[in-house]
Amino acid sequence: MPARPRTPADPSRPDASAAGSALRGSTARRSVGLIWRGMRAHPRTYVAAVGTSALFGALTVAVSRVLGAVTDRVVVPALAGSEQAQGRIWLAGLVVAVVALALAGAVAARRVFAGIGVADIQADHRRAVTRQYLRLPMSWHRRHPTGQLLSNAGSDVEAATGVFNPLPFALGVVVMIVVATTALLSTDVWLAVAALVVLPLAVVANLVFQRRMTPAITRAQQLRAEVADVAHESFEAAALVKSLGTEDREDARFTDRARALRDANIRVGVVRAVFDPVIDLLPNLGTLLVLLVGVQRVAAGAIGTGDVVAAAYLLTLLAVPVRAFGWVLGELPRGLVGHDRISRVLDAPGVPIDGTTPWVATSPGATLEMRGVDLRVPTADGEVELLHGVDLRVEAGRTLAVVGPTGAGKSTLVGLVPRLVDPSAGVVKLDGTDVREVRPADLAAQVGYVSQSTFVFEDTVRGNVTLADPGDPGAPGDDEVWAALAAARVDDVVRALPGGLDAPLGERGANLSGGQRQRLALARALVRHPRVLVLDDATSAVDPGVERDILTGLRADDDASGPTVLLVAYRMASVLLADEVVHVEAGRVVDRGTHDELLARDPGYRELATAYERESQRRVRERADAEAADVWDEDVATGGGRR
Amino acid sequence: MSTTDARQEGAPDSRMAPASTLGVFATLRRAAQVSPELLDGLTLTLALAVVAATARVLVPIAVQQTVDTAILAPGGVDVSRAAALVGVAALGLAVGAACSALVNVRLFRSSEAGLLTLRTRAFRHVHDLSVLTQNSERRGSLVSRVTSDVDTISMFVQWGGIMLLVSVLQIFVATTLMAVYSWQLTLLVWACFLPLLVVLPRMQKGVNRRYAAVRERYGAMLGAVSEAVVGAETIRAYGVSARTQRRIDAAVAATRRAMVRAQTLVAVVFSSGVLVANLVLAVVVVAGTWLGVAGDLSVGRVLAFLFLVQLFTGPVQMATEILNELQNAISGWRRVLGVLETPVDVAEPGDDAVASPRGPASLTFQDVGYAYPDGPPVLRDVDLHVEAGTSVAVVGATGSGKTTMAKLVARFMDPTTGAVLLDGVDLRRIASADLRRRVVLVPQEGFLFDGTLTENVAYGLRDEAPTGGLTPEAVARVERVVAELGLDTWVAELPAGMATPVGQRGELLSAGERQLVALARARLADGDLLLLDEATSAVDPVAEVRIARALRELARGRTTLTIAHRLSTAEAADLVVVVHAGRVVEVGTHADLVARGDHYAAMHSAWVSQTR
Repeated sequence: MPARPRTPADPSRPDASAAGSALRGSTARRSVGLIWRGMRAHPRTYVAAVGTSALFGALTVAVSRVLGAVTDRVVVPALAGSEQAQGRIWLAGLVVAVVALALAGAVAARRVFAGIGVADIQADHRRAVTRQYLRLPMSWHRRHPTGQLLSNAGSDVEAATGVFNPLPFALGVVVMIVVATTALLSTDVWLAVAALVVLPLAVVANLVFQRRMTPAITRAQQLRAEVADVAHESFEAAALVKSLGTEDREDARFTDRARALRDANIRVGVVRAVFDPVIDLLPNLGTLLVLLVGVQRVAAGAIGTGDVVAAAYLLTLLAVPVRAFGWVLGELPRGLVGHDRISRVLDAPGVPIDGTTPWVATSPGATLEMRGVDLRVPTADGEVELLHGVDLRVEAGRTLAVVGPTGAGKSTLVGLVPRLVDPSAGVVKLDGTDVREVRPADLAAQVGYVSQSTFVFEDTVRGNVTLADPGDPGAPGDDEVWAALAAARVDDVVRALPGGLDAPLGERGANLSGGQRQRLALARALVRHPRVLVLDDATSAVDPGVERDILTGLRADDDASGPTVLLVAYRMASVLLADEVVHVEAGRVVDRGTHDELLARDPGYRELATAYERESQRRVRERADAEAADVWDEDVATGGGRR
Repeated sequence: MSTTDARQEGAPDSRMAPASTLGVFATLRRAAQVSPELLDGLTLTLALAVVAATARVLVPIAVQQTVDTAILAPGGVDVSRAAALVGVAALGLAVGAACSALVNVRLFRSSEAGLLTLRTRAFRHVHDLSVLTQNSERRGSLVSRVTSDVDTISMFVQWGGIMLLVSVLQIFVATTLMAVYSWQLTLLVWACFLPLLVVLPRMQKGVNRRYAAVRERYGAMLGAVSEAVVGAETIRAYGVSARTQRRIDAAVAATRRAMVRAQTLVAVVFSSGVLVANLVLAVVVVAGTWLGVAGDLSVGRVLAFLFLVQLFTGPVQMATEILNELQNAISGWRRVLGVLETPVDVAEPGDDAVASPRGPASLTFQDVGYAYPDGPPVLRDVDLHVEAGTSVAVVGATGSGKTTMAKLVARFMDPTTGAVLLDGVDLRRIASADLRRRVVLVPQEGFLFDGTLTENVAYGLRDEAPTGGLTPEAVARVERVVAELGLDTWVAELPAGMATPVGQRGELLSAGERQLVALARARLADGDLLLLDEATSAVDPVAEVRIARALRELARGRTTLTIAHRLSTAEAADLVVVVHAGRVVEVGTHADLVARGDHYAAMHSAWVSQTR
């Protein structure tokens, strides 16, 4: 007997080598592909798992054969009064015990290797999926809910690998059936036919089951993800829910999905509930058939009582193992769905291609240039143009303020520099090199980017500033970290934390205020001494005075020819720190020049720049009017109401 | 740990209970109380299960009868008797299978109904908890309490639970039949399994510890993955993908190790069951034959014993796995029940509740102090009275306690000393439904749902806007509010106007745009007291001025408390409150405070120099 069963994978090799992770072809072919890929990735583990499982299969048949032999040679003659047979009773017990010991060993080994296999394949999937998360562009991330991406790496991986739990067992059962068939055929053909006739029925039952199960499982899995999405979103919105008192509404939203999940689970359950007793029933009916045929064959004198007992016993032993096929087939639909969901991540298009051109720091600042930049992004309703025909040039060491109304595309524009997104047309260049061609490590080292909303890692203050592992020789030293914290005016806050630089910051930096988080993010950029600093409204939650300190601190560096700064800001004080201003509206550059130039010639800019001032003046006028009105009517409330 | 000696009594510990500490049976009892559906129709289900289990001994009986009365019949082999025996047994098996299917369906229905109740109750309780309690646990872990923890229980009830039920009954029926055949051999078989029953629970404890380690590693791994997902922008901009991947890889490897360790022990436990089960065969062969020789047993009965032991050992082997699943389910149950056990520390008023009707709202801080749990005081001795209809600007440095004041007014938490009063009534005595109607908070980073602009603004209609689709009136109200706030020009420039999708957490919009949506939503929510906590910090100046003016118009007769860095807000307010290091240091009109030449005057002149 071959130690390893033939896997039905060979005639047409599954397209594992073809591009992509998705399995193609018919369900049967996809199923085989799923199993084959997993086993091929860990050949040694699966040779051991399937080998020990085959041994288990053979030994199970051996138990029934030994019992049959013992019945004929010991039990029946001994009870009939044979002294010789009575003397062999202990020997019979010993033989059964030895087979039992070997069987238990094979079972243990089978399970250990099966467990290692599943753990390994899961780890493979998780590494692959998370690598892809880190490669895919922001536009992809924004289209995919966090909950979904978490379940891709969590429960979908479990679903995709669930089939590998019973797989070695099932392959061992194949060996068991082959050995049993051979043994039965060598005893008596009629008895063999009686014993084996239930097997095709079991296969048919499994197929029917699988056909019913696939849609039910798919739906339940999808609803489980939906329930998780609703829970995730609702809990993220907990403060809003509380402040509006909309708990009932959220309750209704969640209950609706949870009810649908209940119904889907029951649907899955009903299919299994019917299938289980049937697959249980088949070996038992087989046992009865063996008894019936066996009695006739004994009457015909073809076989002995022991042969009937052995065949009947074998079928009771098969009752559980035959279910292994059911488990494998039952897991396959779930596995394919899980695999498809993982594949959708792994095969997602749009992974930016990493550049290879080294970018060496030659001066403290870098020249930044954008030429003919368009950006279109796909949405549910087709493409949307976010930027159109942007041309810009910032000389090394200069500061450019990007000013425009809310939603004009300022963040999108500055996000092109650290390659959060690549333009659909046109080019973004640093020191004359297309950013897409620059080595990512060089780009990250020399472009500092601070966004509107700060992400804080669950790490220490030091880890959040350096973004390096402890003990990394390339990481900035504590002195540099403190200097950066001081430059971002957040050193006092850190000093007050228990543990200072070692203080752990909770999930998303929950123990810091918004302004403190922004300043921490600023320190994260400053510690790198970037040659291009992109500040996307990065000081909006910082007090005006503190903001001024930080920004003039940047300028102090700048005087000694510091980094090129790209600044999105609303406060005129920040804007005034810039050498030049670019006015952006609706994804287009409206005008560019110094603050004074734009103030003189660009009405849109003038309105933005003088909004507070005009409002103050308007208010002063109103107060004066109101006071005048008070003279007429003392009861009129003060405070501007008229326009 | 201690950072300051000046720490006063902080707010009471408000952390989420990690898990209930009830024992196994107490947990199950509590679970049945929470989800009474679990017990629905249990009596009939049990009766059906008894029939199903009884049918399982038909095969050994058929073997015994066939061998003793058909094959070894005195008058030679009796084929017709064998056929009759087999026919009756087959019929019985079919009835048993039908009962078994019924049992399964009934258990599925009742357990899923019960778990739905558990899931939705836990979900609701999470929302009823105070903000501090909600923030004491990661969102992902909160989510798992209403998703994967419940799924674990569902798995158990559907599979382990059914098997446990069937197995116990099967052992009982098998033992009874064995005792009928031979009490001596029955005792011997039981004696062989007893050591296993003693050892197994101990090994099971080890298994549970290792599975607990798996779950812990798994949670840590999902935490690492969630950083890569939520922090994708930062990771990309700083080129720290390699480091992030290393952190994830380490967590993945730790999960893998823990899994292998757990499964190896399970393999040992399971195979020891296999070993004992098969050794029992050897014992039955030896002892049964001796008993037969002594004349107490027929051949058929010895053989039937071999089959019966098989019925018996299957469940005992399974029992280790089922117990394991049971442990998983119990710990899942404990975690979900832990949610329900976590007390709501910002509690609804009891009998002393006072009605708080709609209308102009006055606000009073009475000697208010606050300290976060285990933290230094962030507010001290705050006394402040705001007349109904006044617009108040709260200004002060970062970390001075401004936001805490707003949170206390919204009753996200209760003051540690003193009281906050709405129309002279302590907030603790106002039913939350009344309070939420009247007090509306707009935070700096308002949450947006993954939907359209209209849907997000309409959320402010609260219960008037059903989740399953908006009525034309609701849409009209949304549009009216957007126009009132002067946001229609902004909306007109969006690709699909009000139907523009905002993306996950509103990420398709800029921070300023998200604030505009949150403002419109709050406006639609129509409270008597509006709390704006840096609500327009990321909006351009023209829009901010326009919104501020619009809000002032709309909030006429209403009270507003605005926290702002941009002092344009303070210039326009009726009353300016200056907070410094947790204390209110100045209160007055803009003009008064500028004239006073102290804190506010200094802040204002700094601001003016920046904006002009």
